Amino acid sequence: MESLFLYAVVSMGGIAAILAAGLGIASRTFEVETDPRVDEVTDTLPGANCGACGYAGCDAFAEAVVEGEAPVSGCPVGGEEVSESIADILDLEAGTTEEEVAQLLCQGGEEETVSTAHYEGVKSCNAASNVGMLEKECKYGCIGFGDCEAVCPFDAIEMNENGLPVVDEDACTACNSCVEECPHDLFVLAPLSGKNHIRCCSHDEGKFARGACDVGCIACRQCVKVCPVDAIEMEDNLAVLDYDTCINCGLCAEKCPMNTIDFYGERVIEIEITEECIGCTRCARECPVDAISGEAKEQHEIDPDICVKCGLCYEVCPAEGAIVKETEDKSQT
Amino acid sequence: MIEFEHLLLLFIATVLVNNFVLIRFLGICPFLGVSRHVDTAFSMGLATTFVMTMTAFIVYFVNTYILVALNLEFLRYMAFIIVIASLVQLVEMFIRYASPVLYKALGIYLPLITTNCAIMGMALMIPLEGYNFIESLVFGFGAGVGFTIAIVLIAGLREKLEFGDVPESLQGVPITLILAGIMALAFMGFAGMITV
Repeated sequence: MESLFLYAVVSMGGIAAILAAGLGIASRTFEVETDPRVDEVTDTLPGANCGACGYAGCDAFAEAVVEGEAPVSGCPVGGEEVSESIADILDLEAGTTEEEVAQLLCQGGEEETVSTAHYEGVKSCNAASNVGMLEKECKYGCIGFGDCEAVCPFDAIEMNENGLPVVDEDACTACNSCVEECPHDLFVLAPLSGKNHIRCCSHDEGKFARGACDVGCIACRQCVKVCPVDAIEMEDNLAVLDYDTCINCGLCAEKCPMNTIDFYGERVIEIEITEECIGCTRCARECPVDAISGEAKEQHEIDPDICVKCGLCYEVCPAEGAIVKETEDKSQT
Repeated sequence: MIEFEHLLLLFIATVLVNNFVLIRFLGICPFLGVSRHVDTAFSMGLATTFVMTMTAFIVYFVNTYILVALNLEFLRYMAFIIVIASLVQLVEMFIRYASPVLYKALGIYLPLITTNCAIMGMALMIPLEGYNFIESLVFGFGAGVGFTIAIVLIAGLREKLEFGDVPESLQGVPITLILAGIMALAFMGFAGMITV
């Protein structure tokens, strides 16, 4: 009996030892060089492999973070603490992402648009879009059955009496659901600080757009010309705003003949250069209309006749208090 | 020649008549888990086939010259599982080295070959059926090929099914299980054709 015990221990130990040696050699032969940061990030993660980040486990998330695909703050379980330590490893700043909110790029409700048909089918935008039955003349605009309202998981979208969805900016979490749901792709995620939106998606030519909707983009290019920072581009008969470049001056909204551009930020009324000016000439160089004059190292001046009051000089001025402005809050009007 | 005929019959019997997945119902986990795309399913089949053949090879020696010779048959499960585990580890290392894409596609199912009952079942059947060395090899290889055929077939069906109009309540796993059931029924047609 004792010999059986001995045989068992020795033979099993022998098998295990041989296999272990084989694996050891194999691990040297087939060694794969991995980014050491991936291992470091993996160590900081909670290791629950819960998948709440949207990746298959902590390893996959760590790899995605290092490759820059996933946000540093992507682990909801680890919270701030973990995102900070990941940021340390990757030499990034945690939470550099700006808060976003969904914006509807259409303001053609029942009042503003021309209806040419009557749809009797299922009351769903996607259904109506699928069968190609649109009540409104404009084939790009809001269909108005509220698929976005239904899909919003945070109840941040509500249809108003005019048949247009209204986004509650406080409740919106920029989850992207409405962006994906809308069959006409009318929603975009815009930065919360963006107070200027071109609310139209119509690619129709000017005269058709004007005939179909009172507030549609007619591709007149006025906004493109007036924009001091070239943030607006014409794409196939439609003005498109680049939110990263826009400085929210509100000039385009003033020019727009169709009131397509919705501006509710702070409009500059008065702007002037004070004695604090250090004469760096930066404002003069940036000014889109060359309204600023002055020698280097001397106080500059703004010519009020030429100035369009875009506020760009205020944004670029490096000296505090050198440019003062008076603004009007357009969100009330 | 008779020997060769016998081995060929054993091979066909293992692949079709006693298909590991569809007749013996072993290895259902990867069968359902990795059968979304034909190419990953095929790779999974290859990896499993490799592990099965190697397992059969080693298990025969371990069983005959260590376990039986030393009256240690009661250690079969333990001995076999460490053999399988190390082989899977080896395959995992190799695939990670040779094809990171495949490594990602197989994901968690690669280490799960370790606990794939098809392999353990195959290993345990070798002493049970009393196969000799060559027979064990053919048996292991046939089991792997049978697994590959089954998983590639269902992956092909599932790829077609992606475009099918499946009722909402049957989408995903339920329709796959129904598919697997129908496939098993079809394979039942081979039953009793070869007795080895």
